[in-house]
Order: sequence, then C-alpha cells, then structure tokens
Amino acid sequence: MATDLSKATFRGYRRANGRVGVRNHVIILPVDDISNAAAEGVARNVMGTMALPHPYGRLQFGADLDLHFRTLIGTGANPNVAAVVVIGIEPGWTKRVVDGIAATGKPVEGFWIEHNGDTATVMNAARKAKEFVHYATSLERVECPLTDLWVSTKCGESDTTSGCGANPTVGVAFDKLYPHGVTLVFGETTELTGGEHLVAARCRTPEVREKFKMVFDRYQEVVNRHRTDDLFESQPTKGNIAGGLTTIEEKALGNIQKIGRQCKVDGVLDKAEAPTGPGLWFMDSSSAAAEMVTLCAAAGFVVHFFPTGQGNVIGNPILPVIKLGANPKTVRTMAEHIDVDVSGLLRRELTPDEAGEKLLECMFATANGRWTAAEVLGHREFVLTRLYESA
Amino acid sequence: MTIHFVVHEEGDSVGVVVVEGVKAGDTLTGWIMEQDKTLAMKALNDIPIGHKLAIRDLKNGDTVIKYGADIGRTVAPIRTGEYLHVHNVKTKRW
Repeated sequence: MATDLSKATFRGYRRANGRVGVRNHVIILPVDDISNAAAEGVARNVMGTMALPHPYGRLQFGADLDLHFRTLIGTGANPNVAAVVVIGIEPGWTKRVVDGIAATGKPVEGFWIEHNGDTATVMNAARKAKEFVHYATSLERVECPLTDLWVSTKCGESDTTSGCGANPTVGVAFDKLYPHGVTLVFGETTELTGGEHLVAARCRTPEVREKFKMVFDRYQEVVNRHRTDDLFESQPTKGNIAGGLTTIEEKALGNIQKIGRQCKVDGVLDKAEAPTGPGLWFMDSSSAAAEMVTLCAAAGFVVHFFPTGQGNVIGNPILPVIKLGANPKTVRTMAEHIDVDVSGLLRRELTPDEAGEKLLECMFATANGRWTAAEVLGHREFVLTRLYESA
Repeated sequence: MTIHFVVHEEGDSVGVVVVEGVKAGDTLTGWIMEQDKTLAMKALNDIPIGHKLAIRDLKNGDTVIKYGADIGRTVAPIRTGEYLHVHNVKTKRW
C-alpha cells in the first residue's frame, strides 16, 4: 500500500539549530593528515566515538583550502552528528573548524598537538569526548515531519540495469518526496555528459539553467585540459564497461533517471554547500562515489540513496547510505550489501511505483534508526575532494 | 513469460540483456518498457547479462539510440541481434 506522505513522520534527533539528524554520532575530526593518529587514539579509548581520518589539510590554499574547511565544518555541522572533538596540529586552523561547527550550537571543542604532543592531546581530548558521549546518549529521538528529512543521491559501479531498474526507482521516490517539501540533491557533473540538455530543460528558472550550464561547461574544460584519451575505463569505468555500459552518454542517460520525471531543479550548489530551502538541488561534484557522498554529508544531507549495478560497496561515517540494485546477478552474489532489491523490475514482477515504495519504506526504517548494510559492514569512506596541488 | 532483454523506448536501436547465459542462436523475448510491448529476436552472439544487442540493422557511423537519445556512434556495421558494445560503438564526446 502506498505511503501517505502528507502525514508521514520519522523519529530523529532535533539539534539546537533546528535541523534533524537520523544518527547521533560523536566524531573525532582531524583538521589535517598528521592529526589522524591522535584522533584515532581518542576513538580507541572512548567507546561511542568515531575518528574520521583523511589524508589532507596541509599547505592547501585558495578555493581548495576553502573547500577543505567547508567539508570539515559541514561534516561536523551535519545533524547526524551530536558533538565533535576537533584535533589539529596547531591552534589556528583547529579553531577555525571549531568555530564553524559551533555556529550550529552543538557541543564542539578543539585540541592541538604542537607543544603538547600526541599523548597529552589524546588524554585531554578523550576526557572531553567522554563527556560528549554521555551528552549524546542522553538525547532522545522525537517525532519530526517529513520536511525535516534531507535526502541525497549518487549512483556507483553502474551498469545497464542501473538505468532501467535501480536509478528509475530513486526517480520514483524523488518524484514522491519532492511535492512534500523534502530537500533533495543530486550531482556528478561529468556523469551528465550526453544528457546535460535534459537536466538543463528541467531547471526551474533561466537563472538556474545558466548556472547549471556554467558549472557543466567548466567541468568539461577540466576534462579536456587533462585528458589523454577518450576517458575509456575512467568514465565510463572499467566496472561500468564490464557491466555492459558502452559510452559516457549511455551512462549519463541512465544516471539522470535518478531525478525522476516531475521534479524541477530548483538550484545549483557548489561542492559541500548547504541548500537554502526545500526542493531538488544540483551539486557540482565529482562522480567518484566516496567523494560525492562525503560532499553530500558535508552539505547537511542525512539519508542517501545509492543505486548500484555491478555492486559498489560504499558507505560514509555519518551519512547512512541505502543501497539498491536491480542486477539479478549482483543482488545474488553481493546480497549482504544490498538494502533494497528491485531486480523484480526487470522480470516485470515489480512496477516502478512498487519499487519506489520499497525504497521509501527502507528510507523511513533507516531514518528511524535501522542500520544500513554499509553501516553494519563498517563502511566509513570519508574522502575529501581536492581541486589542485598543495602550495 | 520470461523477459530476456529490455528496451527503454520503441525507437531505440538497442536492448539490454537481463538474464544470464544468452547464447548465439537463442530466440529472445524483449520488453519495450515505455510502450509496454514485447518483441522476439534471435541472438547472433553469446551476450552477457547487462550487455546489449542491436534490435535493428546499423551501418558504420550510425548514431545509436537508447532512452530515445544519442549514446554514441557505430564504428562497424551491426546486424539485428548482434552483440553491441565497446568493440563496435564509441562515444561522440571527449
């Protein structure tokens, strides 16, 4: 039976800034690569915390540095996070990340390693982290309207079944959520190549269309500047080709099925930029799975739809990634990774509407606290997008 | 009725095999999703699940249509029922 979305609610954690999370993480966030060891030291000693190690944060500059800060601050600010311990090598950039997260009103504190050493830093940060875990575990879920849910999508290891099964399922779900004021996002700029005219035609206003065309053309220039061939085996990937996808155009047309048939594109976002209202947003982003999902988390999205063909196993530390698949071989051989099996679509045993309903059912279960396959299997890919070389 | 391949739209030049083990000479049933019609076709090659067959004859240099849109160009003639992939179709972009 179809869910009546006009009355639908979920039970989430309402944060001080009004946003609602579906998870309640206490994270230990390193500002830079050399603070990973201390962050992991804290997480090893304080149960209920999670370190988010990553390889960057030193000598970056300009737009690349802005994106680094935006991604780290956005990750800490995400409502799926209850409280944050920030650890950096020195106080300046550490405080910048702390201040950014503190604007949400959630508990956050920074620690730095220079002239303290890892040992004292881990000890002091662990004391604070323990307080944060007591705080987080005292919070309770409350009933929230559907409009409080922010849902992102990005597909991966796509094949031809993505375009005729899993991606249209997300499209049906997006078409159902959109009229109810849910905040939605898609991206993967280069992976629209061959279908960009269809996305442009869906933009709500000429201004949005212009902005979309601008970011699309900019990304094409990046590809043309650096390419040494027709990107065969990169875009489409070797896995895509093994799955039967032949060209980027074919992959893009399948990809676009995720935005359904009725939704309009209401705005264009920069990488890790938070949307300013409900509707469907396009984020200018990499098409690499972990990068894109990390950017969605940093933009404030709390549940993610990830259709796969050949079987991408990605997860994210703070954003629950719901995986759906229509390839009968993949759902059989990689069943432990698939949250929603829509392979019945290809056998005409399931209608697109029924497939969309199955996905929404899983979305509500996930929002209410059920762990996704990626969460249970420990997939915590946290991958920062870099724009160019360090200084 | 078992569906062996699916076609997005009636005007498309290709179908996607959705069952495992399609062999040359097999008679296949296809389902055109958008128009909800079926068609029958003989496979000229073994075709893996998820891979495509031509559902009409294509000349060298023809545009290949899927989802009612351009997905690239042929680099060899392709017959109805023949395996269509990276060996005989290339991107028009990049």
